Amino acid sequence: MHELSICRSLLQQVESIAVERNAQCVTRIVLGIGPLSGVETVLLKNAYTTACAGTVAESAELIIKHLPVRVKCSRCGSESDALPNKLVCKQCGEWRTVLISGDELMLMSVELEKSIDPVAMH
Amino acid sequence: MCDTCGCNITHGNESLIRPDGKLAKTESGKEAVTLLHSLLQENDHAAQHNRDHFDQHQVLAINLMSSPGAGKTALLEATIQQLDDSLKIAVIEGDLETENDAERIRKLGVKAIQITTGSACHLDAHMIHQALHHLDLSAFDIVFIENVGNLVCPASFDLGQHHNVVLLSVPEGDDKPAKYPVMFRAADLVLISKSDLLPVLDDFKVDTAKKYLRDIASNSTVIEISSKDKSGMPSWLDWINQQIEKRKAYLKTFRKVGSPNLMHGHHHIHNKASVK
Repeated sequence: MHELSICRSLLQQVESIAVERNAQCVTRIVLGIGPLSGVETVLLKNAYTTACAGTVAESAELIIKHLPVRVKCSRCGSESDALPNKLVCKQCGEWRTVLISGDELMLMSVELEKSIDPVAMH
Repeated sequence: MCDTCGCNITHGNESLIRPDGKLAKTESGKEAVTLLHSLLQENDHAAQHNRDHFDQHQVLAINLMSSPGAGKTALLEATIQQLDDSLKIAVIEGDLETENDAERIRKLGVKAIQITTGSACHLDAHMIHQALHHLDLSAFDIVFIENVGNLVCPASFDLGQHHNVVLLSVPEGDDKPAKYPVMFRAADLVLISKSDLLPVLDDFKVDTAKKYLRDIASNSTVIEISSKDKSGMPSWLDWINQQIEKRKAYLKTFRKVGSPNLMHGHHHIHNKASVK
């Protein structure tokens, strides 16, 4: 269950962005996660529900973009979809491939609700 | 991996992860901020800091990972007994509870620091940083980090090690790389441990384990090893010595040794894990 540690790390980042940008609250968080990141998105969502309580992101919508596993072949150069435990080239069967998508664990964007600027009111 | 922020944007996933029009649209009074940060950036930053510490003292750091009971501590005991006396070893032990493993190492006259993680299923870079406060790196050549026995979570956390060594013990079965691709993809070296059991547990085929490793595009070296009958130990010790030499050569080329630039300000995050 390292998803809870990852959630805490996520919330720390989100909170510091909210403070930096003088936001009242966070309304949306978008993550990009690939199957080879080692994170289970269902567990992450469950952990998030607990971890976000009392934070600036308490009412934020958590959107997880599932990114596909894709590899580039070192022999024939073609790019193909792959399975997490079958990363061989679909075109020529070569096992020496480079992962080009699928291990992301990324905070892609946040949407903030801005505080009313007290200076601007005057 | 993207060089600027450490996130893993490649041309293969860029079009999928750059924010699309729909998500970029915001209502009035709201601001959308594109970040593309790694969710583990705090950990990764601390890991790099640890790696800088190791490099400054020319210490090779090896992270040992496996399921519980695959023989990590037994391997360390055998390694300590067989490795060249001129190499000074320290061990950082990670377990949920008890100081048993550190005590086994200390009995051999080797410095061991036990991290008890409580309920955490993995070590992270901050825990290693804390442990390094208890270790004078100038007195050592190698630091082995024995991670918490777990084939899932430890794979996601960079500790600042130079190499990941994953043990796959014969009783576990030869298909573990297919079942735990994230862990085995992280391995620089796979040790098929308890190899003395191969004649008894003959449904474990070393070639099958290797095939599953190729399936996940792993080019890691594979060594069959037994801490009991010591077979495979020379290959393992050779591998360690080669990595020490390679690291020294690398540091010499990039003039990293003793560079004051390496040491940036300490940024301490102390968590619940206890260090003894």
